[in-house]
Amino acid sequence: MTSAIANEAKAGKGKKAKAPTSDRSRSENRLALKLVALPLALMLLVTAFPMLRALYLSLFSYSLTAPDDRKFIGLDNYVTALTDSLFWKDTGNTVMIMIITVAFELVIGFAFAMVMHKVIFARGVIRTSILIPYGVITVVSGFAWQFAFSNTNGFVNSWLPFVGDDFNWFGQYHSSMIAIMASEIWKTTPFMSLLLLAGLAQVSEDMLEAAKVDGATWWQRLYKVILPNMRAAIMVAVLFRALDAYRIFDNIFVMTAGANGTESISFLTYRQVIEQFQLGIGSALSVLLFLSVLVVAFIIVKLFRVNLADARQEG
Amino acid sequence: MKNLKGNLGTILGCALILIWCLLPVAWIVSLSFKSQEAVTNGSPGFFPSSGGGAGWANYTKVLKDDQFRQSIINSIGISLIATLLSVILATLAAYAIARLEFRGKKFVLTTALVIAMFPVVSLVGPLFDMWRTLGIYNTWPGLIIPYMSFTLPLAIWTLSAFFREIPWEMEQAAQVDGATSWQAFRKVIVPLAAPGVFTAAILTFFFAWNDFVFGISLTSTDKARPIPAALSFFVGDDPFSRPASVLAAGAVVATIPIVVLVLFFQRKIVAGLTAGAVKG
Repeated sequence: MTSAIANEAKAGKGKKAKAPTSDRSRSENRLALKLVALPLALMLLVTAFPMLRALYLSLFSYSLTAPDDRKFIGLDNYVTALTDSLFWKDTGNTVMIMIITVAFELVIGFAFAMVMHKVIFARGVIRTSILIPYGVITVVSGFAWQFAFSNTNGFVNSWLPFVGDDFNWFGQYHSSMIAIMASEIWKTTPFMSLLLLAGLAQVSEDMLEAAKVDGATWWQRLYKVILPNMRAAIMVAVLFRALDAYRIFDNIFVMTAGANGTESISFLTYRQVIEQFQLGIGSALSVLLFLSVLVVAFIIVKLFRVNLADARQEG
Repeated sequence: MKNLKGNLGTILGCALILIWCLLPVAWIVSLSFKSQEAVTNGSPGFFPSSGGGAGWANYTKVLKDDQFRQSIINSIGISLIATLLSVILATLAAYAIARLEFRGKKFVLTTALVIAMFPVVSLVGPLFDMWRTLGIYNTWPGLIIPYMSFTLPLAIWTLSAFFREIPWEMEQAAQVDGATSWQAFRKVIVPLAAPGVFTAAILTFFFAWNDFVFGISLTSTDKARPIPAALSFFVGDDPFSRPASVLAAGAVVATIPIVVLVLFFQRKIVAGLTAGAVKG
């Protein structure tokens, strides 16, 4: 399959020798469009098309349990969702999880990256183990931490000095959220640290040396040299992780199933659509979820002035 | 003296990283060896207590379970097919992005980026509906298609970053030296591109293997249900009374392929994860 591309590309190039440049660029254009058409179509088929359909369905009162009663109700589903305190509570949960987990991941991930950057021996062992949480299925991570926090079969209670042995972590809201965030932070910190490590590798050693010679302390070097120079890497890592954290679903599904008010906005949407077959209101929630992700992305990009094209050195 | 202190700090840091990464894994392995009775009666603590061990009993139980075995087959089959197709398509697109000038390049990259950040749950409703109309609800293709769409962005970004590094002039150099175009492609370009393609394939496989949202919403029986979904449905709905040790055994089995991939391809995975995100 790939050989065909190369040959076609060469055909395009062969032409260049004889024909004027515009011809060449036209044929290059055509070839490129042929190559990206199928992947692009597939990406849009499963995202843009269903999203438009969700937009359409969200205007109806439509339940799969009574499909014949489907009727057009305009924006009522949105009104219902946006005036329901549950929607705002779940959005609040999601935003809280996003901010807390990303903050922890950034700090711990940066510490890990510093260690990995310095370490000379056992580099392979460290990098191999750091990939394990990244690779472990989220559901498995959720189970592992749920059982770890369990008061009948876990070990967390006996290891933590400030909680009683029979403390039930999943008995109330705050401790349940801590357990959920522990699982999320454990699994995704390695990814963060690898991104930061790559950023750290771009900070020039000469500059650090110069700062050292000039008498800068460790903290000064960190704040004045290292962090400003890896700003792009940090911002990309934060953006990716924040949007990923905003979609949190697996851990909540596995660990609490939304009990004690620990639902996220993704979980609420899932429950409406798949468990209760409410496609109308479910679609409205889908649209709102999508819009809220856009808003979050926009805020992060504006707030930190992330330039993805710059970070990727893309045209 | 100062150097020694720095070294001690690094060693301590390494130890912390190892504990962070491996403790929960060790815990789930330990849990998988606790006996069912011990778990039911409550057996707090990290290791199976004396007399509370189960040997391999939980593993035999899991592997004898038809639903679980079928879910392993589903997961392997679906993930491999999705990976293969996704990487082939992404290679085409990444070649165009890295090598050719064309209008709409930015559109393709932006689309990929937006999809990479798409809230997947917002799609399950409409997809659930569409797939039932099309008759691919609860089938392998019903999962392969969304997996492909959601891994394409990752694969395209990673591959185009890799492809941009390839010294393509070498192809012409080989041809000048008398190689046919096929030989030049086969002997020069393929070996240079292969590591990138392989890395993209591993990352794609990780995504497909890890997916949970599509796995639970677009399947209804073991016919197509992948491992993460099967694990969560193992014991019904109550998240607070599960056969912990059997479930842990299943979780360990589901994690083995990932650990094997990580052990063998650590370098490639690290390169791939960072190539797409930090430097073009």
